[in-house]
Amino acid sequence: MTESHISPAAVLDAPTALPPAEHEVLARTWSTPRGLWGFLTTVDAKEIGKRYVATGLVFFILGGLLAAVMRAQLARPESGLISPDRYNQIFSMHGTTMMFLFAVPIMEAMGVYLTPLMVGARTMAFPRLNAFSYWLYLAGGVMLYVGFVLNIAPEAGWTAYPPLSGPQFSAGKRTDFWAQMITFTEFAGLAAACSMAATIFKMRAPGMTLARMPLFVWAMLTTSLMVIVAMPAVMLASSFLISDRLVGSHFYNEAEGGSVMLYQHLFWFFGHPEVYIIFLPGLGMVSEITQTFCRRAVFGYPVMVLALLATGFLAFGLWVHHMFATGLPRLGDSFYTAASMTIALPAGVQIFCWIASVWDGRPRFATPMLFVLGFVIVFVLGGLTGVMLASVPLDLQVHDTYFVVAHFHYVLIGGAVFPLLGAIHYWFPKAIGRMPSETLGRISFWLILVGFNVAFFPMHILGLMGMPRRVYTYPAEMGWGGLNLLSTLGAYVLAAGVAVFLVNLIVSARRGAPAGPNPWGASGLEWATSSPPPAYNFGLTPVVESRHPLWTSPEGLPVMTGLVHAPREVLLTTAGEARPDIRESSPKPSIWPLLTSITTTVLFIGSIFDEWFLVWASLPVLVCIIGWFWPKPSHSKTVGAPEDNVPGALA
Amino acid sequence: MSRVVGDLSQLPAAGYRLHSLWGWATLGFMAIEGTGFALAAAAYVYLMDSARQWPLEGKPPDLLWGSVMTLVLVASLLPNFIVSRAARRRDLAKTKAWAVVLFVFNLAAVLVRAVEFAHLNVRWDADAYGSITWALMLLHATHPVTDFLGTCVLTMILFTHPIDTERLSDVDDDAVYWAFVVAAWIPIYLLVYWAPRWAP
Repeated sequence: MTESHISPAAVLDAPTALPPAEHEVLARTWSTPRGLWGFLTTVDAKEIGKRYVATGLVFFILGGLLAAVMRAQLARPESGLISPDRYNQIFSMHGTTMMFLFAVPIMEAMGVYLTPLMVGARTMAFPRLNAFSYWLYLAGGVMLYVGFVLNIAPEAGWTAYPPLSGPQFSAGKRTDFWAQMITFTEFAGLAAACSMAATIFKMRAPGMTLARMPLFVWAMLTTSLMVIVAMPAVMLASSFLISDRLVGSHFYNEAEGGSVMLYQHLFWFFGHPEVYIIFLPGLGMVSEITQTFCRRAVFGYPVMVLALLATGFLAFGLWVHHMFATGLPRLGDSFYTAASMTIALPAGVQIFCWIASVWDGRPRFATPMLFVLGFVIVFVLGGLTGVMLASVPLDLQVHDTYFVVAHFHYVLIGGAVFPLLGAIHYWFPKAIGRMPSETLGRISFWLILVGFNVAFFPMHILGLMGMPRRVYTYPAEMGWGGLNLLSTLGAYVLAAGVAVFLVNLIVSARRGAPAGPNPWGASGLEWATSSPPPAYNFGLTPVVESRHPLWTSPEGLPVMTGLVHAPREVLLTTAGEARPDIRESSPKPSIWPLLTSITTTVLFIGSIFDEWFLVWASLPVLVCIIGWFWPKPSHSKTVGAPEDNVPGALA
Repeated sequence: MSRVVGDLSQLPAAGYRLHSLWGWATLGFMAIEGTGFALAAAAYVYLMDSARQWPLEGKPPDLLWGSVMTLVLVASLLPNFIVSRAARRRDLAKTKAWAVVLFVFNLAAVLVRAVEFAHLNVRWDADAYGSITWALMLLHATHPVTDFLGTCVLTMILFTHPIDTERLSDVDDDAVYWAFVVAAWIPIYLLVYWAPRWAP
């Protein structure tokens, strides 16, 4: 929703609102042009965040439809609905879509929308990089699905292990499309993570020390730092793979001194932290929802923060538990078993803190809180099978069976999708300005909770019965038919629940009751501005005196004045104590991010067909980058700021 | 309802290093690329460790050009340091003069790197040793090349545009990044040029 959709009264109602005349000037300064040009050039973090979330939901639907087709195929033994080759592509597309095009991007997208609002900033750091990130992500996703339609979709699973994915066993361009999609999405993910981390470190409202940051912001900070360390690993893994396939290198060719195990190490050094990259933001969302709907601060804030950081750190120490079946040295097995069990501790600590918060609070079981309760149940079940899988003897028995499929769906849907759906319902009034329907919200929750468990719980049993994953069918005499049929029925109930949830969003965006700045009575800064927020987020700069500014400032929210209304200007504060440090300009709408992403797309896709594209196509990319970074007029001079006391200058 | 507790209008509108967002952008780049270097180096050691001999066939890279590269890069740290100090002291004349010197070093590094590839004594498609050697070299080579282009544009702007604190801060960020490029090269130099000589 653009600025023009917000009624002036709604904007002026919020605690950080400016007088009408000043609002007009500031709104003009931060506005995005109307029409197609505005759509293509916007650098508004809220606009990009919403677009990112909507695109992530589209990929969620596509990934879900692929799952529905798979479940139809598996509903009865020896079904001939889909050919084995198409089934390979479908399960590879499903995993790839859900991990790379839905889960990670949509969590970052929620951060893109919410982080600047939660820290009290006018926009995000590097808004153009943010726009570039979105366009690149979109291009990577579209490329993958165009490939799917053209029968060149990935076929070696979302993990694409060589030698199965290597030149010998995956001829044609299918795996190349997968590898290049990785490049697109990881580039986009890294760009968003850098923007996020810089926003959190440097753009928090005065007074919002690290110890006062909302738990969702802590979760996004930890996640962003994890992305920065983890994603280069998968880019390296997939670049080595595509290089083996296209230019005859031998990274994974055992015959020429390469190692297929190297791929697994690189992939899982990324792949395991990826799981936490997906659900740490979910944990942050759970904390925010819990405190609002229990009307008390989350129990044990310092412990919660330490648990997030510990999870982020430990996540890099357990990738080898995905490789227990590869015949590692015994000592390695023992170490990674211990490490895998250790990470259950911070997760358990957080669960107990949330339970304590509900216990000691005055809970209201509205839809977001229901999703939190669903999260606790499903995530704990997934966590328990995780502890089981950390044990090498059990892991070896159920490796690559449906037991593992059940485990990671419990962890990922429980740890990420339940909180995400709760969070979308919770922050929907902020982003859209209208309340979602509580009735439809409850219906969707119960359908999703029941459907999910009916779909995935039987998979534990199927796995223990020996049903391997990634098979397109099974013989009737194995006795797996009944549970598979039950699982398929559950999947369709789950799909119906998601459909009701989406219908709720669409209907409520048009017909929901007006929300007002703070409809849930929450405590964070994002509720101190109108719903939806104006383009500039906050007219007056909020000042934070506690972890719950809207609950603990009975005399009114303290604010600072003095940022100019034109040109665009943001406040930077010190990284630890959030003291006002300097003011900086912020970019206006720009076409360069889109142009750079188009030229980068040409480079990435072209290089699948001819490696020289890496050289020639880099020239237009370079031109775009120079255009993007070309220096703008001095902000100090424009606003007449003092230049005799520049922080960081030497005498 | 709100109460005004402070005024931000007298804050400076520029800052060096991590006071400014561009400093954080540089830090972000270094963190991502540093992780990439570390993982690629780990991959090199992993492959070396699982090989019977290293190189798998043939001889190690010629020492001369890699060592020349190392000398050029280490020597460039001096003008780099001077440029950074001058920029932070807002000494425009000195910044301009030493930016040109640094530009010459950058150019030399790019030229030497081009020669280096001809003296690796292995092709990327010969075997896994060749592949990982080329990977490390290419991964690092993109940095002198991109930083050279950045330095070109920045040096040109120093001589053609009015210069303010924000541009001088850009020059300082560029110097910090170049120091990272040099620092990243040292372990890669040891791996590419010396590990094949030291390996059993």
